[in-house]
Amino acid sequence: MALESYIKARRRQRDVLLMTHIVIGYPDYGRSMQTVEAMVEAGVDLMELQVPFSEPIADGPVILGANQRALAGGMTVSGCLDFAGKCAQRFDIPFVIMSYYNILHRYGVAAFADRMSGLGLKGAIVPDLPPEEAREYLNAMDRACLDPILLYSPNTSDERMAYLAEHARGFVYCVARPGVTGAATEFSEELTEYLGRCRAATELPLAVGLGIRDGKGMKYLRGKADIAIVGSHSIRTFDEQGTPGIRSLVQSLVAASAIGPP
Amino acid sequence: MRNRGYYSGFGGAYVPEILVATFDELEDAFEDAKSDPSFRKSYEQLMASCCGRATPLTLAENLSERFGGARIYIKREDLNHTGSHKANNVMGQGLLVKRMGKTRVVAETGAGQHGVATATMAARMGLECTIYMGEVDVIRQRPNVFWMERLGATVVSVRDGSRTLKDAINEAFRDWMAHPDTTHYVLGTACGPHPFPEMVTYFQSIIGQEARRQVLNQAGKLPKRVYACVGGGSNAMGIFSGFLDDDVELVGAEAGGRGLGSGRHASRLAGGQGSIGIAQGYRSYFLQDGDGQMRETHSVAAGLDYIGVSPILAHLQRSGRARFEAVTDSEVVDAMALTMRCEGLVPALESAHGFAQAFKEVRGLAKEDVVIVNQSGRGDKDIFTVAEAFEDPGWRAFIRHKAEQYGARELHQGTA
Ligand SMILES: Cc1ncc(COP(=O)(O)O)c(C=O)c1O
Repeated sequence: MALESYIKARRRQRDVLLMTHIVIGYPDYGRSMQTVEAMVEAGVDLMELQVPFSEPIADGPVILGANQRALAGGMTVSGCLDFAGKCAQRFDIPFVIMSYYNILHRYGVAAFADRMSGLGLKGAIVPDLPPEEAREYLNAMDRACLDPILLYSPNTSDERMAYLAEHARGFVYCVARPGVTGAATEFSEELTEYLGRCRAATELPLAVGLGIRDGKGMKYLRGKADIAIVGSHSIRTFDEQGTPGIRSLVQSLVAASAIGPP
Repeated sequence: MRNRGYYSGFGGAYVPEILVATFDELEDAFEDAKSDPSFRKSYEQLMASCCGRATPLTLAENLSERFGGARIYIKREDLNHTGSHKANNVMGQGLLVKRMGKTRVVAETGAGQHGVATATMAARMGLECTIYMGEVDVIRQRPNVFWMERLGATVVSVRDGSRTLKDAINEAFRDWMAHPDTTHYVLGTACGPHPFPEMVTYFQSIIGQEARRQVLNQAGKLPKRVYACVGGGSNAMGIFSGFLDDDVELVGAEAGGRGLGSGRHASRLAGGQGSIGIAQGYRSYFLQDGDGQMRETHSVAAGLDYIGVSPILAHLQRSGRARFEAVTDSEVVDAMALTMRCEGLVPALESAHGFAQAFKEVRGLAKEDVVIVNQSGRGDKDIFTVAEAFEDPGWRAFIRHKAEQYGARELHQGTA
């Protein structure tokens, strides 16, 4: 099933869905697979698998460190794609790839898209590739029936949101505040107003990322967005509490997102 | 963004969505300034009154005689305020920061020259300033850290990745993403997303404009060749841009490090070891592996120790307008030693790459010919690195003695 319809169907049962993120190969191949397993078993709705890059410019210290550790451990792009393919085969949720454009460019953009599609992946997030530079990528994703997931940020104008919506598929990744991944976000009136602008700009589901840590964030998002994204916090949780910590984090986030009085 | 800043397919603006509006604002401010005739004038006045421009063009008579080929002229960016060409770009961007009404600047630095220049500009213009510097460079360029801090900047030591210039650039971008409204990123070289390559070249072109005028006055002719070292490419673009429309060969000297075969170098254009990639916001030649991960680079000159190169220089190579050669660390140290002894000039290790390449080639030119070498900066600020490159025993003894003195003093204070 395509991402958008999967999300919309799933949303009939739950107010806010949960997307988690991992860096493939952090801290090593085996344990990143165990993390995926724990997240899926705990009820995550979809997952973002990051192919590590040496210059992850949009990532903060936690994910940056995980990228470096994975690369130092010898993680290769083809190893990452195999990993992602295994996930798609084993687990019955959608997986999308997150990476930086140079990884796709070096592999061959069309070849990368075809491979993702062959492995059963659903889409990709490439944070350093604005649509103005993305003709080759957007065409390749379209041909491979994959969703290019684009980003909104609080300083994206209404006009630009409309332009981005023309090229986005699957869902839109709404960055909650200026800055890189990892820092906390305040659930302020400005954020609410920004999410309102996002909602008005596109029919696509909205995923909100950067800084969501607990059930409070999930509750806040009810009625404002469709998906909560948890990234750096799950890496921190893994570092402190291992796979059991990941399992209970995801369980508690999913529990906080059931349909019910706000 | 309207003009994406492409040069034969190199360049572009690969920026995260969070910075798109900031880049639009910067491009507008730059276009607005360029079309305002008073802007270039106020820039040139500032460079004269504050930085001592025009810098001289010096005939190196002894070196010319020694090689017996073309006469060698040296463009003296070492005499620019703060000791290198970096101030040309920094002061220009400072004026833009004022026009945009921003209150804070961040910058990356490798050798420390760009950091010192930015801290100097920030002090003069009343801006808050944070400088990102790889931990490796903090260690090898400590004196520059001292000056940046004295000038009021906060220096952040970057411990990620290879802990050199590229990692400092990533951190500066991350800071900018978190503070896009108040902050401007003063990128120090002709790389990065559009409009930086064009904008940095616009300010650095003051070098080439002066040099062309000066060489016509002093030598009565245009040079056969112009030599410049190439890190990110700002001093090269600066001097080259004065001669683009002339029948003058443009030669860029990249860091050959321990030799191209050693894998320990930073030659992206010379020697065919670079390949096309997209990183740090632009498309150009990078030193990367088959997966697109950036490789470690090496140069005796911290300012050349970088994975990427200006998209405009990549374009000049592709179009055949410029030629690029690699110069090894040991050739650089020899060229620097020779220049000091023969001419009493102290080029920065970066600049000495251009000298070394010129020395290899001038014999092949006629006595009536003229070449220009861009002395992008002065080497006396890099005394620690230079003394180490020369393996100077007296310096080593001095440092050991100093360390003992500090050690004794601290011990004394500790027990008092
Ligand atoms: C004296 C000097 N020359 C050259 C460079 C290299 O930079 P670019 O290639 O941008 O001129 C540096 C960089 O730090 C420098 O300090």
